Amino acid sequence: MFNLNKNKLITLLKVQYSNMLEYRVEIALWAISGIIPFFMLNIWTNNNLNESINLSNLMLSRYFLSAFFVRQFSVVWVVFTFEEDALLGKISPYLIQPLNPFFRYFAQHIAEQITRFPFAIIIALIFFLINPESVWIPSLSILLLACLSTFFSFLIQFLIQSIIACFCFWTEKASSIERLLFIPTLFLSGLLAPVISFPEYVKSWIYITPFPYLIDFPANILSGNNTNIISGFFMQIFWISVLFPIFKRTWFLGTKKYTAMGS
Amino acid sequence: MEENIIQVENLSKSFDVSSKEPGLKGTLKHFFKRETKSIEVIKNINFGIKKGEIVGFLGANGAGKTTILKMLCGLIYPSQGKLSVAGNLPYKRRSSFLKNITLIMGQKQQLIWDLPPIESFYLNAAIYDIEKIEAKKRIKKLSDMLEIEKELYIPVRKLSLGQRMKSELLAALIHNPNILFLDEPTLGLDINAQNNLRKFLQIYNKETDATICLTSHYMKDITSLCKRVICIHEGSLTYDGRLEKLLKKISPVKDILFICKTDKDAIELSNSGFIIKNQNQKEITITIKKESIKSTLKKILNKFEIEDLYINEPPVDEIIGNILVKEKV
Repeated sequence: MFNLNKNKLITLLKVQYSNMLEYRVEIALWAISGIIPFFMLNIWTNNNLNESINLSNLMLSRYFLSAFFVRQFSVVWVVFTFEEDALLGKISPYLIQPLNPFFRYFAQHIAEQITRFPFAIIIALIFFLINPESVWIPSLSILLLACLSTFFSFLIQFLIQSIIACFCFWTEKASSIERLLFIPTLFLSGLLAPVISFPEYVKSWIYITPFPYLIDFPANILSGNNTNIISGFFMQIFWISVLFPIFKRTWFLGTKKYTAMGS
Repeated sequence: MEENIIQVENLSKSFDVSSKEPGLKGTLKHFFKRETKSIEVIKNINFGIKKGEIVGFLGANGAGKTTILKMLCGLIYPSQGKLSVAGNLPYKRRSSFLKNITLIMGQKQQLIWDLPPIESFYLNAAIYDIEKIEAKKRIKKLSDMLEIEKELYIPVRKLSLGQRMKSELLAALIHNPNILFLDEPTLGLDINAQNNLRKFLQIYNKETDATICLTSHYMKDITSLCKRVICIHEGSLTYDGRLEKLLKKISPVKDILFICKTDKDAIELSNSGFIIKNQNQKEITITIKKESIKSTLKKILNKFEIEDLYINEPPVDEIIGNILVKEKV
């Protein structure tokens, strides 16, 4: 069930990409709806809040643009789709195929990210037109590291939501558990403020959680801000390797409880 | 003796169901203390199915037919009992087992709604590790058989229900499964589409020797496809055997319509002690036990002036409808 070879992956991506292109208008709107970091940038710079964390206006604007990019390519909604599919019995046909249904959702997310890409570039270009001083071209190695850490951030969020999604086998509203995570994700991930701006005692424990590695770490890499790349990647890989077996176990136990409701 | 490809022994399945009393009091009680009870939907069922057989599962709504199919294909876990399908424990859902079976549910679809069916076919082919060239061949063959060559490139949402169902069937059969679980496959289809689907299943069964387990509320599906039926009533097995035998057992009578030459013959015939089902002037329908048809006919034809007669079997729907609500057949 967890065997995904190259052929399966490429076909899944191709099909899901074709499917996503059917929704290009919606995806453009979703891309636009992800501009929270720009609002935050405005709040930070207008109130000179960046002075307290020794980050220049320029670096702050690059940080929030990077946060926008990271967010665009790490948005996860699997819990909501899975919840609907599980409750309506739509996953039944997929459960008896020799491929875990989560690979379908995974491919959907990747396909959506590819579809978002041009819209994100357009939004970035508009940002640069408004803030020409923020224009920067990261080196290839920085770009690759940023892409890798963004992908890891996506994987962490996908695994967290997939574990929560599996609770659908026990409770009918697993998405409400996801909402519990929304607040810490919003505040601790670096979407509203760089984690560096948090008080020292808060930072010391935030860095143990997976949250700062979702937005803050990849955005710092991309924007060229100071960050410990090795420990950041170590923590991302640590969380992926902790979450994956939990997901596998929850999936295994959950499917035992599946009642194929609605079918 | 040929071994069973499907073997079920003392199979039971229970579901936990929570109940709630109506009104605010009931709602509050339900919020603080949820009461759940276990309902046994399948009770100690035993049967075996041989390779190549087409078996119909009969039962009223909620009898447990679909639950049995879901357990056989590995979708849900049994609560008790033994279950083996092609030598596998279905609920383990091993790849080798899943590549051998398929499940088609009339009311559920696996095709991607916004894309043409051909995209879902190639996706399924990749999932089942079928090479692209081989997949192309199979799609061509199956689409010819199902007569949906033109619909392959039209988005699923634009297809009619019949075309969609045929496409679902193609998607479910692309990996050449040996065991087919069909849950109301003709649901919502018009008569022509139903007939085509039945013909296709007959051909598929003949060509591949596939085993087919089928549930349907359309009796024509059962009578034209299944020689053997399994009747389920409130989770228990009430009959397992040949459909023909069941019909004979349940309906040991025939209706014979006599058209008398004169009104006098009609009156006399109606007063001769036979079971009269219908009477309309010179036309009288008499219900006669199958074993005494010959002697009764002889008696009537000798005694009365009969212009014409018709022998009718009671409608299968009517007979099976009666079976569905019986605890024992």
